[in-house]
Amino acid sequence: MPAVLEIEGLRKTYKSRRRGTRNALDGFDMRVDAGQVHGFLGPNGSGKTTTLRTLLGLIRPDGGRMTLLGHEVPDALPTVAGQVGAIVESPQFFPHFSARDTLSLLAGAGEVPQARVDEVLELVGLRDRAGERVKTYSLGMKQRLAVASALLKNPKLLILDEPANGLDPGGIREMRTLMRTLAESGMTVLLSSHILGEIQLICDSVTIISLGRRVAFGPVDEVLAQHSSGAVRVRLEAVSDLPAATDALTRAGIRVTGHPDHLMLADVDKPASVTRLLAEHNLYVSELAPIAVDLESVFLELTATAPVPGQHRQVDESMKVGGTGQPGTTGGGWGA
Amino acid sequence: MSLFRTELRRLTKRRFTRYMTLLGLLVLAVVVVGVFFTNQKIGADQLAKAERQAEQDYRQQVVRTDQERASCEQAKKAGTATDGRYPDDCSMITPPPRESFEARWFLPSTFNFRETFDETLIPFAATLALVGFIVGASFVGAEWSTGGMMNLLLWRPKRLTVLLTKLAALLTGILAVTLPAAVLWFAGFWAVASFRGSTEKMTSGAWQSFALTGLRGVALVLVLTTIGFALASLGRHTAMALGGVVAVMVVFQFGLGILLEMANVKFAEAWLLPTYALAWMTKTVTLQNWDSCNATYFGSCEPETMDITWQQSSVLFSIGVVVILGAALWAMRRRDIS
Ligand SMILES: Nc1ncnc2c1ncn2[C@@H]1O[C@H](COP(=O)(O)OP(=O)(O)O)[C@@H](O)[C@H]1O
Ligand SMILES: [Mg+2]
Repeated sequence: MPAVLEIEGLRKTYKSRRRGTRNALDGFDMRVDAGQVHGFLGPNGSGKTTTLRTLLGLIRPDGGRMTLLGHEVPDALPTVAGQVGAIVESPQFFPHFSARDTLSLLAGAGEVPQARVDEVLELVGLRDRAGERVKTYSLGMKQRLAVASALLKNPKLLILDEPANGLDPGGIREMRTLMRTLAESGMTVLLSSHILGEIQLICDSVTIISLGRRVAFGPVDEVLAQHSSGAVRVRLEAVSDLPAATDALTRAGIRVTGHPDHLMLADVDKPASVTRLLAEHNLYVSELAPIAVDLESVFLELTATAPVPGQHRQVDESMKVGGTGQPGTTGGGWGA
Repeated sequence: MSLFRTELRRLTKRRFTRYMTLLGLLVLAVVVVGVFFTNQKIGADQLAKAERQAEQDYRQQVVRTDQERASCEQAKKAGTATDGRYPDDCSMITPPPRESFEARWFLPSTFNFRETFDETLIPFAATLALVGFIVGASFVGAEWSTGGMMNLLLWRPKRLTVLLTKLAALLTGILAVTLPAAVLWFAGFWAVASFRGSTEKMTSGAWQSFALTGLRGVALVLVLTTIGFALASLGRHTAMALGGVVAVMVVFQFGLGILLEMANVKFAEAWLLPTYALAWMTKTVTLQNWDSCNATYFGSCEPETMDITWQQSSVLFSIGVVVILGAALWAMRRRDIS
């Protein structure tokens, strides 16, 4: 599958005279294949928005390579801009224009037929309110307008930075359906979000970023599989058989934790082998359940942002991969 | 071209643009109407009336001096102290000669097109330049501060093209208001002169000179519009541009003016921007230094003078536009947009 978006070794350093420098992106890599819905995950301040801004030419990178639809950006942006629809971080609009005027002006600037304006307004559910001033819109309505503005070009690649921001549950579900439909029609969608359940439901693949570096990537199930603990819960027909089972499994080299009515096994590659092993000892399994991991726990593990009781985690306190020996990096904090 | 048309549409769609323009035009209309009602045509009636008025004033003066002389003589006779109120010789109290009561002092004001019209072009240009400055600053400033600029750049990534197209649309819009307004201004004052004054002696040379002054006024409007636009784009905020100008006016101009005054600098006005705007419109402004005395043949003092010409103004304004617009373009190219 051809890559629609490729990023290699992207760096962005924000310099501030007072607070020194901050490496918002620190050698970040990413790849999105055509036709996918790709999730872009990371804790607050990990560099998602910075990545998207850099990609779209709004800020200039300090290093690295980026391509969009096979063209090197930012140099080729004027060529590809017409095929990339994007919203970056809850976009703002001129508050005194109506949604229709706003879109109509964008369509004019981008040489998109005006008929498309009503199409996208219908698509995001703003048809009946399109004549009202943006100032009077709720957050969710503004978000819908933003998505409409990104869809206006009928892009090949759609980039949405936290589109679920401010949407009601119905809106989130509509957005999900919309994205699936768009992906089925051949559009590639890149979606940054915090709502991991959402991502798990609609994304084909994900990239997880922490402190400006990629910590995991790939198809959702692969990422899940790679980071599943391999834990399996076993129940037997007779509770009295549990000690015997513990004995047999431990001898087979499996780590076992005993519980009153079940056993927990760690690092099991093939759950079926457990059944066989126990059957050989005439112990009959009534339940054998691999403990499912979800994206949220993988995310928390990978980014090391799981809450610890009694502690208040600060932003930027998250996983740093390969952080040692990088010249010029200061662990993400405001350095000297 | 589509971008240009879109920006023009954006400009005219904005209510602020419409209201400001309307307000500016209203001010101009008020000026024309005001001048109309404060002037009168001079005919035989007015001349006769002025003559009568002069005669009456002369008579009054004669009566008053007669009274004065009488009381002087009375005081002399009584020998009361007069505290120097009267001269020693009471016959020195005489009325002024009849000639010093000229009828023309008593004529109502009248609008002579040839003599006065070019002066009216100064408030015309000043009003529209102010409108242009504010509209220009708000046009791009609001775009920056509301995120509209960022949205637009996602569609049109060529930043300089975007900014310059916006400026071109703005100047086109301002020109589209200024030119018809100038024509109406000419027509309005022609009407004022026809009904409330005179349109005599309008040679083609005079017309040409007025047209050139008008053109310089239009240029002034465009320059100020550009500067407002560039300042707001630099500051990314309308308020920034407006505040900046107020700051320049107050701190730089008034403050500088006072400082120069205190330091007794010769020709302090030469350091103040409005002088150059005035010179641009009137071709020359002559500054006078009253502290110096160039004695004339007749023993009187002539102040030292200094001319500021419209050419000097044009150099100053060109440099201003190039520097400020250049900085705005440079910043547009370089900066991170977030
Ligand atoms: N304009 C800026 N100036 C300085 N630092 C910035 C700027 N924008 C973002 N940052 C910093 O860069 C890091 C990444 O921010 P961002 O990409 O917005 O994170 P997120 O993943 O939440 O979108 C954060 O630590 C943020 O504070
Ligand atoms: Mg963000």
